[in-house]
Amino acid sequence: MKFSRVAAASVAALMVGAPAMAELVFPSLSYRTGPFAAGGIPYADGFADYMTLLNERDGGVGGVKISVPECETAYNTEKGVECYEATKGEGALVYNPLSTGITYQLIPKATADDIPLYTPGYGRTSAANGKVFSHVFNFPANYWNGASAAVNHLLDINGADLSGKKVILLHFNGAYGKEPIPTLTALGEKHGFDFSAIPVDYPGQEQKSQWLQIRRERPDYVLFWGWGVMNQVAIQEAGNIRFPLENMIGVWWSGAEHDVKPAGDAATGYKAVAFHGVGSDYPVFGDIQKYVVDAGKAAGNGDNVGTVIYNRGVYAAMMLAEAAKKAQEIHGVADITSGQMRDGLEQLEITDARMTELGMEGFGPAFKVSCENHGGPGTAAISQWDAGKGTWSLISDFGPSDMEVIQPLIDADSMAYAAENNIAERCN
Amino acid sequence: MSEQLLFAAEVTLNGLMAGVLYALVALGFVLIFKASGIFNYAQGVMALFAALTLVGIQQGQVPFSHLINAIFGTNIHHFPWQVPSIIAIILAAGVMVGFAWLVERYILKHLVGQPDIILFMATIGLAYFMEGFGDIMWGSEIKTLDVGLPSGLNETIDTVTYNWFGYGFFIDNLDIVAAVIAALLVAALTIFSQYSKQGRALRAVADDHSAALSVGISLRFIWVLVWSIAGFVALVAGIMWGAKSGVQFSLSLIALKALPVLMLGGFTSIPGAIIGGLIIGVGEQLFEFAIGPLIGGATQNWFAYVLALVFLIFRPQGLFGEKIIERV
Repeated sequence: MKFSRVAAASVAALMVGAPAMAELVFPSLSYRTGPFAAGGIPYADGFADYMTLLNERDGGVGGVKISVPECETAYNTEKGVECYEATKGEGALVYNPLSTGITYQLIPKATADDIPLYTPGYGRTSAANGKVFSHVFNFPANYWNGASAAVNHLLDINGADLSGKKVILLHFNGAYGKEPIPTLTALGEKHGFDFSAIPVDYPGQEQKSQWLQIRRERPDYVLFWGWGVMNQVAIQEAGNIRFPLENMIGVWWSGAEHDVKPAGDAATGYKAVAFHGVGSDYPVFGDIQKYVVDAGKAAGNGDNVGTVIYNRGVYAAMMLAEAAKKAQEIHGVADITSGQMRDGLEQLEITDARMTELGMEGFGPAFKVSCENHGGPGTAAISQWDAGKGTWSLISDFGPSDMEVIQPLIDADSMAYAAENNIAERCN
Repeated sequence: MSEQLLFAAEVTLNGLMAGVLYALVALGFVLIFKASGIFNYAQGVMALFAALTLVGIQQGQVPFSHLINAIFGTNIHHFPWQVPSIIAIILAAGVMVGFAWLVERYILKHLVGQPDIILFMATIGLAYFMEGFGDIMWGSEIKTLDVGLPSGLNETIDTVTYNWFGYGFFIDNLDIVAAVIAALLVAALTIFSQYSKQGRALRAVADDHSAALSVGISLRFIWVLVWSIAGFVALVAGIMWGAKSGVQFSLSLIALKALPVLMLGGFTSIPGAIIGGLIIGVGEQLFEFAIGPLIGGATQNWFAYVLALVFLIFRPQGLFGEKIIERV
């Protein structure tokens, strides 16, 4: 009698504990601790809040609720791989690792597991070649598009002539920071500007000698690939040596509010490449405020809504939700698998009309992903900081990058990867 | 003077200034090691925690607000006041004294007589605890630290050197302030240890724990005292470094800059920390200036350690460290 009561209770407990319905699982490999937390927190909040918005307002995607299990990587590659292994069994549809180092480690693993990776604006640039990288997507823009966008802006403000100009890249001394060097070298040769690179070692708290070198060499422009404390110190040091901040352009990972605020008024005029909109003047943020923040369901305290990195998290979440919707349409099922999610990503089409429906009109470009092109349109804009107002604003439209220079670099790097790993070309 | 020589002179001056900032961090390590033989792994995190506390008090931030809001469903973040910088610094120093008392009460007291490696391991645990505690207490976002310190190009040095050499030297005002404060700190510590009763007791403990105990010096009081002073030095280092980059969690990594300074200057010498800091500062900046461009740059981090190792070959106890002779 006693045994049967225990058994019945156990069965009942198991039934209660079992999942009641299917979920779309989008793990968030976040970093809310450690030296890079200042960038990791708003991104993770934006990503989670958009998914919560879909759950609360729309009932999920295609009637299926979304789940966002978070795993803390502390921006550490080993921990990131552990997070991947720990969460993939939960039915993960796609990973957005938010780290170039973690992405490099996960590319072969995720491909073997038939789980796609989504790395917007970071990761392995040449993964834009879908013929080689079947499971990696880095639309709408990658580092090389970013480098080209910065040079395009310099061309715009110099009457399309950069000959004789001196451009220095101040970069993080690691894989991420070195990514734009081939592109900028090629662009320097094409446009006749003198290009050189100055590395900064991790973490970048001390950059005195680099900025003394910049002061000596008197470049016309400084391009900047930093992350973490390196950003705040570089912008502060630029102000200290009185380098005109309007002549310094950071990549999108060096252009957030927390990068410029410590430098105070001296940071006014600093520019950054952007691949999505800035500010909160889009209807989607009103919905996030109403359905998520005001309802007490926000991942953070709501302070980050509309900040640059938060917006990037929202944008990434939107792309994945749209791809899941596409996958549901293609396969005619609501509860999709990771392989089907990959198909959704590969056939994703973002139109201006759809962006308007989503409350994100003008937030990012319209584009179509294809089997060959996983990198999207490669368009980017330039944003500029106004310390007085405490706001970033876009000072250019989303323009195309120089694919004449970039595409051969993507092809060369991806084909080298294919040769090293015996990968046969797809999409034929 | 040739242009290259002028650049080298500018780099040297800036290296000296950078060295002062390294020395400020190293000073905290030396104080604790000298008094207790503990290599305090948590010194960098203490600088972070002190700076976080300073900004939190200054800006009227409610400590543990995230935790309070999560538990009670409230939405509080700030008190309706801000605290003037000088009062905030005094209060933050007070918090560091309280922290020193807690460390002695809950960690060191229980580890008396344990091997040095156990005490070192305890400070590793303390470092991780404090990093997480600071995160919960004050949040992870980058905080702007403004206590009214000047920063940016020093106009006078720029003008004078331009008039003399035709090339204006860049020296950061913040670095000059750091140098003055470091000099004052060292002078104050020297006077304290030479002429005050507690200072003499501290020196006695540093020389021989057992002998000091036998003449009635309270080891526990000395430990609280020395951790308090190290906490204050950490606060000063946190202010200087935090003013450059904002107060953020990478501030704890400045400890990495102190290690080669300690190796070079010796773990037990206050002048050693200063001279070691200056040598490392100048050495790494000059190496980056002269050799860096030839080998891809970004040499400072590793060159500081190479320089320290070279010194160690010739003087294993560091430039000013005590030579230990054990007779058998």
